[in-house]
Amino acid sequence: MHLQVSQVSKSFGDGRDCKLVLQDISFELVSGQFMALVGSSGSGKSTVMRLIAGLEQPSEGTIHLDGELVQRPGSDRGMVFQKYSLYPWLTAAQNVAFGLSLQGRGKAEIRERTSYFLDVVGLADAARLLPRELSGGMQQRVAIARALATEPKVLLLDEPFGALDLQIRESMQEFLQDLWKTTGLTALLITHDIEEALLLAGTVHIMAPRPGRIVHSVDVRLDRSDLRHLRVSQPFLELREELAGRLRSLDGSLL
Amino acid sequence: MVWSPPLRRFFSHPWVLGVLGILTVFVAWWLVTSSGMVDKLFLPGPRAVWLAGSDQFQQGILVADAVASVRRVFLGFMISAGLALPIGIAMGTNRKICHFLEPLMALIRYMPAPAFIPLLIIYFGLEELPKVMLIFIGTFFFNTLMIMDAVKFVPSELVETALTLGGRGLPILTRVVAPFIAPQVLDTYRINMASAWNLVIVAELVAANEGLGKRISLAQRFLRTDEIFFGLIVIGLIGLIIDLGFRFLMRRACSWAN
Repeated sequence: MHLQVSQVSKSFGDGRDCKLVLQDISFELVSGQFMALVGSSGSGKSTVMRLIAGLEQPSEGTIHLDGELVQRPGSDRGMVFQKYSLYPWLTAAQNVAFGLSLQGRGKAEIRERTSYFLDVVGLADAARLLPRELSGGMQQRVAIARALATEPKVLLLDEPFGALDLQIRESMQEFLQDLWKTTGLTALLITHDIEEALLLAGTVHIMAPRPGRIVHSVDVRLDRSDLRHLRVSQPFLELREELAGRLRSLDGSLL
Repeated sequence: MVWSPPLRRFFSHPWVLGVLGILTVFVAWWLVTSSGMVDKLFLPGPRAVWLAGSDQFQQGILVADAVASVRRVFLGFMISAGLALPIGIAMGTNRKICHFLEPLMALIRYMPAPAFIPLLIIYFGLEELPKVMLIFIGTFFFNTLMIMDAVKFVPSELVETALTLGGRGLPILTRVVAPFIAPQVLDTYRINMASAWNLVIVAELVAANEGLGKRISLAQRFLRTDEIFFGLIVIGLIGLIIDLGFRFLMRRACSWAN
């Protein structure tokens, strides 16, 4: 798997109302990599994700997935939204099965894969529950299972834990870290939370707003064997403080 | 007043208070008419109304009238609902279609449907067609615009999730949009069914051989207020049954939305 984002710019509107939201974004993502884009609101980080998903088209530049130009959405790029993305009339299992049945897979295969991925996210017991009967964290786990079930080459996570309480957020971060370790998935995470990005991602890009652009990139080399310990370890806190300072100076220059 | 807990629980049930409200009016009606304060011609008592009703029932008029009215309503409303669904969805999903049709529909919607009766009689005569058409005109535009609104409120995340799962075209409509709007569509039909029911009576007051509205206007000619009261009650009851039917359907078919 090789995702290549080359000199992508995006503007909305035309004429005098034209607004540049992304400027000259370039990066690469390869199999097994976990990458994060961090920025405050208005940095266009969600737009980057929507472009990769094929939900929007770049104004300039190209996005290639395994050499093929991305022009429309497809199941090779699974996406998890911040919230409200489970189908409220379907049970957890039916939600996970949704993509598989859109692809017209056989009944036996759908059943098998659905129960496998529900099990992967630890929700085998919740298979028959409707989304409204699930907690926020469980709902997001179902959404992740649904995205994984169609075997995407890359998993796009758009602030997946942004709507959750802090405590649940932390356990979901641990869950995602475990999932990445066990399944070897390739992931691109959008977040405004530096701590979340540093905990999970091997590469972190910091984005500046108006227009959105990547201003700083870090390769994070930290021992991730115990996230709870990592959160309070000295190197982690120093790195976090350094990047937080950078983000603050970006916001400050705008005031 | 100090109420014992079981009594309080009994009165906190919504149905109990509802039935109590109806009973209150009924008892007041009975008291006023049996006291002899009011001329029986102006306000007949419950017994007189009941007798007028059972008389109509025994002659077979009641069932024939009810069937005639209900048939008109269902025919007109089925055409209206059936056309409003695809057109409403098309308007809700396609901006061009919406811009083309919305001003037109918003305009016609404010023309009172009964004002079309003279035209309908000139065009279609006095048979069933003008009555069915009146119900169609009176409900189609409301149905369409309300369904359009329901479609516009489908969260974009639900559609985009389906797109990123490999969905495209028709399955998005049938498997995402349709189930999401189903409860609102049923509710739209339930609300607009009430105006269909109003309009059939209006149409029958003007011109009809049979029907519940026709019966009322005939009763007026012979000063049979007991028959008018009976007609009103029957019309109300049938309307209520249809309303409850829609609610039942919604609870069964869209339990996720409750």
